[in-house]
Amino acid sequence: MAEIVLELKELHTHFFTESGEIPAVNGVSIKVHKGEVVGIVGESGSGKSVTSLSVMKLIPSPPGKIVSGEMNFKGENLVNASEKRMKKLRGNEISMIFQEPMTSLNPLFTIGNQLIEAIRLHQKITKKEARKKAVDMLQLVGIPRADEVAGEYPHQLSGGMRQRVMIAMAMSCDPELLIADEPTTALDVTIQAQILDLMRNLNKEEDTAILLITHDLGVVAEICDRVVVMYAGQIVEEGTTREILKDPEHPYTQGLIKSLPNMHEREQQLYSIPGVVPKPKMNSVGCHFAPRCEFAFERCFQENPGLYALGNQRQSRCFLHEDTEGKVKKHAKADIGS
Amino acid sequence: MQKPILEVDGLKKYFDIKGGPIGRKVGEVKAVDDVSFTVMEGEILGIVGESGCGKSTTGKSILRLIEPTEGKVKFQDQDITSLTNSEMRRLRKDMQIIFQDPYASLNPRHTVEKIISEPLLVHGMTSAKQRLDRVGELLEVVGLSPYHAKRYPHQFSGGQRQRVGIARALANNPKLVICDEPVSALDVSIQSQILNLMEKLRDEFNLTYIFIAHDLSVVKHISDRIGVMYLGRMVELTEKNKLYDNPKHPYTQALLSAVPLPDPDMPRNRVILKGDVPSPANPPSGCAFHTKCPQAMDICKEVRPAFQPVEDNHFVACHLYK
Repeated sequence: MAEIVLELKELHTHFFTESGEIPAVNGVSIKVHKGEVVGIVGESGSGKSVTSLSVMKLIPSPPGKIVSGEMNFKGENLVNASEKRMKKLRGNEISMIFQEPMTSLNPLFTIGNQLIEAIRLHQKITKKEARKKAVDMLQLVGIPRADEVAGEYPHQLSGGMRQRVMIAMAMSCDPELLIADEPTTALDVTIQAQILDLMRNLNKEEDTAILLITHDLGVVAEICDRVVVMYAGQIVEEGTTREILKDPEHPYTQGLIKSLPNMHEREQQLYSIPGVVPKPKMNSVGCHFAPRCEFAFERCFQENPGLYALGNQRQSRCFLHEDTEGKVKKHAKADIGS
Repeated sequence: MQKPILEVDGLKKYFDIKGGPIGRKVGEVKAVDDVSFTVMEGEILGIVGESGCGKSTTGKSILRLIEPTEGKVKFQDQDITSLTNSEMRRLRKDMQIIFQDPYASLNPRHTVEKIISEPLLVHGMTSAKQRLDRVGELLEVVGLSPYHAKRYPHQFSGGQRQRVGIARALANNPKLVICDEPVSALDVSIQSQILNLMEKLRDEFNLTYIFIAHDLSVVKHISDRIGVMYLGRMVELTEKNKLYDNPKHPYTQALLSAVPLPDPDMPRNRVILKGDVPSPANPPSGCAFHTKCPQAMDICKEVRPAFQPVEDNHFVACHLYK
């Protein structure tokens, strides 16, 4: 297996607010290998974005704080890294693309200037060379008239183009790891298809590892190799894309997939998970999903299940996996159709 | 045979672009450019399209929340474009709208009771007791409880707020409800709850919906017929299954193929469109789609294709089908 680029071990990121401590990320462990695309899927409030911001150490502090755990990036534990060290890494070895292409570019500087700044911050090259590189990057991400666009301001570009610029900027220093936080959520489907296509190519050609945060299972199916499903600050299931989408084990994942409207069949009624996504709480008792789970039994309300290993990097957090012998038993399979 | 409840004929909405030192008109954005369709009673008509295609403007123009520039809107055989404001207000009892953003469309300083009872008061329910009873009844209909009436919007989750928005729309027993992206701001597991609720209410109260959304699988799920819009124009309109099984317009084909499906085994023959959507301030000549169309011909650059039936109940605006 390829080398591990990023390994999160039992990461806890908590927010200390007036109304108490909130464990937004509550013991998350994820491995990302070289050249791999790993998706983190979850609904709002599941902690997926906080996980990615933790890796970049961009959690606003206070109120946020990485309480415990390890974040090993190529063997270096980032939890203890100084701000100076992080500045070296950010944008250079770890890059990030944000959801809002509208707000993540500075409206007062030209596209070229912003790219050149990012490039020259990490590479010792002249302005001229940097500009050439910036234009090359814009071409690489499929921007027509790249030379002219470099002299334009963000407001002159459409949403899809801005997101391409963000990707160009993120890729300009050949990062080992690209963190993409809902990169296509603000875009239209036809533009989304273009951007996903672009990311897939970059992943293949440059062998960049990608950590993709999304709520859209369709996007996951498009691009991810492996998927981690999060719920209320914890991982509830992990597996390959095929395993998660075709053969989900955790009742939450099953419900999530069943509640998607299907383009190719008509069911009279959509399955829906009752209740709402809970906010993570300190010292909560029992499985976080139990109040909404149709399989929940007494034990689920009393203790929180651990992750049951179901094979190679396949795990699920549910008591139903525990047989009398402690071995894995499968659930009633979700009928997700195809 | 069903009869049409709403007929939209040649609807246009142009927004002026002002510029220069004295704010003269320097151009127009053709947000909705000659759109025609009918909605049958009890039907759910879906309207899909990408951002900026004019789907929301169409919805708001029908209610005259935005005054249309040209065209006729007939609601129950009555032309509503010529009504006065007070006549229109009376008619709005029968035509309601649900908005996309459940965070922005409810007044944060009003209780849910006030939010839902306001339309009742406007339309003549003067007894406070009666209004309160009706609010409780409506809250139950949308899956909340009467005790929620005393709460403020910020005390609810997104899905619950959207339920309040639905209750407000249903307060006066409307006949037609325009749903402008009602589930786009919601999480997947909440989205399905709201979709189910809307279908249930349709059956219960014999409603007609115009369901505007950009998510093709959601529209497919809920609609009977679907219209596809591109740059202010309707390019294809037909029954749901026909549209998804046999899309005629090249834009519809590209749009459908671009939807990521949560299934790793689906074959992907994707039509990836090059470039961006042109600006509606300066739409391409002829067929608006010809700049991106993989099958564009010479005629497409010059002549705007008519929106005409190519099969039974299958309307397409494209020169390929003549």
